[in-house]
Amino acid sequence: MAEATRLGEGLRAYRLIAGMWIRSTMTYRTSFALTVVGNLLITGMDFAAILLMFSQVDSLGGWTLPEVALLYGLSATAFGFADLLLGSMDVLGGRIRDGSFDTLLVRPAPVLAQVGADQFALRRLGRITQGVLVLGYALVAVDVEWTAAKVLLVPVMVVCGAVIFGSLFVAGAAFQFVAQDAAEVQNAFTYGGGTLLQYPPTVFGTDLVRGVTYVLPLAFVNWVPAAYVLGRPYPLDLPEWAAFAPPLVAGGFCVLAGLAWRAGLRAYRSTGS
Amino acid sequence: MGSGRLYAAVAAGGFRRYATYRAATAAGVFTNTVFGIILVYTYLALWDERPHLGGYDQTQAVTYAWLGQALYSTLAIQGGGAEKDLMARIRTGEIAVDLYRPADLQLWWLASDLGRAVFQMLGRGVIPFTFGALFFSMALPQDITTWVAFLVAVALAMIVSFGIRYLAALMMFWLMDDRGVTQTMMILGIFCSGMTLPLNAFPDPFGDIVQSLPWAAQLQMPANVLMGEVSPWHAYAFQAGWAVVLLAAGRLLQSAATRRVVVQGG
Repeated sequence: MAEATRLGEGLRAYRLIAGMWIRSTMTYRTSFALTVVGNLLITGMDFAAILLMFSQVDSLGGWTLPEVALLYGLSATAFGFADLLLGSMDVLGGRIRDGSFDTLLVRPAPVLAQVGADQFALRRLGRITQGVLVLGYALVAVDVEWTAAKVLLVPVMVVCGAVIFGSLFVAGAAFQFVAQDAAEVQNAFTYGGGTLLQYPPTVFGTDLVRGVTYVLPLAFVNWVPAAYVLGRPYPLDLPEWAAFAPPLVAGGFCVLAGLAWRAGLRAYRSTGS
Repeated sequence: MGSGRLYAAVAAGGFRRYATYRAATAAGVFTNTVFGIILVYTYLALWDERPHLGGYDQTQAVTYAWLGQALYSTLAIQGGGAEKDLMARIRTGEIAVDLYRPADLQLWWLASDLGRAVFQMLGRGVIPFTFGALFFSMALPQDITTWVAFLVAVALAMIVSFGIRYLAALMMFWLMDDRGVTQTMMILGIFCSGMTLPLNAFPDPFGDIVQSLPWAAQLQMPANVLMGEVSPWHAYAFQAGWAVVLLAAGRLLQSAATRRVVVQGG
């Protein structure tokens, strides 16, 4: 019961702070409109790169354009939701350095909710829009015998993918308590992971694929379940049921990110200023 | 002579400022290396499918990918160099102090940005590039002359890069909010510099267009000089031409901006 109220409190705080940032953004409406379009275009550049590549070839690593678009759409949409909800957490490093993080600790609201909603950037809807557009194109264009399981797997992938990326953002934020200036390392895992998953696993070296399957199991965002949907061989010959493991993997990511966040918060030493 | 020393000092300051954050530099090296690995594998797959795409062979494509990672922060291809500070100073009104200084505004910021760029190249560029050379096969020249010619092309690329970003920063005098300009610059920078794909691998006629724009002076030209795909003098002429045009445009915009300057804040 206490946990439930705490969660409710956190969500309420998140909603209030995010609402404040949205109002603040809306003060400069032209700039907001420009930045949403800009965000859409910036994040769309990854896909433009893929289109450019496919203007020269018919397949990449044995995957056709609609198939790669499916991977891309799933990865980008899942990442987009995580980015909208928690993507501003990298400002935490700045708050730790200038000491303003102390203010968050004395406020009567869960710290994670405050940090998550800090600098909430509605312009990130651009990335989601772009991901959804590509995903929509891919779902229409791929040659798939749709079954109930395959249809159900699509939203499951997006939700679980968002949870997995969101956990990475939280873990990255926790890392900043110890890393301080080295905050950029987390980009290698969040943005790097998002980019990696936009391409077929057959493109990459086996060791890299092993790493993102067994060590940091990002492969369950889209590689494995999308291989099931497309009827392609799984990376690393994983068993058939692995396609349905994303909720399990996402749960594991959540638990570990939560532990990392608590450990990070406990390790916090104020600058004293 | 005295003013030469002043700008050298400003450049040294820019260098030292970035050199202070060692952990941040190490983190940047790590991130660039990870992105380099991802990009290289996609290029390998692409060139596997289409050997000699854009006139590059596979090793040249790999070299290009690592060079892009090495020069990414050096040339501030997506922004984030001295222009970031300049934008903030215009927005807060601190620019008034800069305008009072007995130094040229454009040269001051150019010097500061060059100092930053040189540090980023040594601190953030060399390690990812060496990593790439150790673990992937690359097309590197054996003679010292080509390396020297390459470094000259990189230096010119730094000036062109500043020229573009200085123009963007001056827009702040009219716009006040930097996000739109920053994002536009980021898109054009990443795309037209050839960070996503070498410009010679773009489909025609799109490829010809981007190869004539100033962004081509940033990554494509130094890469082609390094790999002997273009004669250095041709590359220098292209880069210097754009540098002159951009810096002159910067001067014009600067004088227009400072004539109508209304200092923010107080």
